[in-house]
Amino acid sequence: MSTVVKQEIHRDDIGSKTGMWLFIFTELLLFGGLFIVYTVYRFKYAGAFHLAGEELNVKIGFLNTVILLISSMTVAMSITAVQLGDRKKTVLFIIITLALALFFLVNKYFEWSVKIGHGLYPGSQKLFEFGNGDTLFFGLYFFMTGLHALHIIVGMTILIVMLFKVINKSINSGNYVQLENSGLYWHLVDLIWIFLFPLFYLIT
Amino acid sequence: MSDNKHQVHIVKYRTYLFVLLGLLIFTTLSVAVTSVELGPYAVVAALIFATLKSSLVLAYFMHLKFDQRIFIAMFALVIFVFLIFIVITFLDYKFR
Repeated sequence: MSTVVKQEIHRDDIGSKTGMWLFIFTELLLFGGLFIVYTVYRFKYAGAFHLAGEELNVKIGFLNTVILLISSMTVAMSITAVQLGDRKKTVLFIIITLALALFFLVNKYFEWSVKIGHGLYPGSQKLFEFGNGDTLFFGLYFFMTGLHALHIIVGMTILIVMLFKVINKSINSGNYVQLENSGLYWHLVDLIWIFLFPLFYLIT
Repeated sequence: MSDNKHQVHIVKYRTYLFVLLGLLIFTTLSVAVTSVELGPYAVVAALIFATLKSSLVLAYFMHLKFDQRIFIAMFALVIFVFLIFIVITFLDYKFR
């Protein structure tokens, strides 16, 4: 008598997506907490926040917003491509997303360099002389945009892994939940920036 | 829940392009609105545009519009919790 072992490969795409969403919620609350800190200090030091906000370059902020919005679209399109079984386009869309992410980080680098060059960085002598309001504004600015940039780097790393998985066909039109979840992470990064941009650059 | 053969909704490339167009228009409008001296209304205007933009991202890019309804419910719950945090913080700030 022979025993046939039937092994069923179990996959739960909805469960996996639910897990990703739960993780995204923790991220939203993390940044949400920081936004509350920002708002309270904004009320407390309205004058200083107003003047400090004018220091930020709206043009670079706007450019980075456009870059992130486009990259969000290309990553969403890569999922459409993988669903249609178009591997070439999937790869192309992920590469465009990665290029835009890199572009964002380069802009951020120049933006930060200018601020630091002007003596505006956490713990600087200049901010100490300006007082508490400016210190808080730039402290929050560097911490929140820095944490956001860190998320960009993490997102890029995940997307590079996904790129290789698409190339070696372990992500395909029948199994692409990993790419979907990576996409969700990338959209989260975009979502946070949608609120960072007006709060730091626009409302002055 | 463990059924993989759920209906897959493939979003057209064109839909995503339109969503991006909407997002860019809202971004431009929020820059334009806040460059005019509106005082406290600038904050409200900027936040309204940010909310509109994030709704578009959530509904289309993040597929909340097409996926199981449970994700929308979960998301709404988290926003509700966040709003409670905001109210409690400001009550504390106001009446301390």
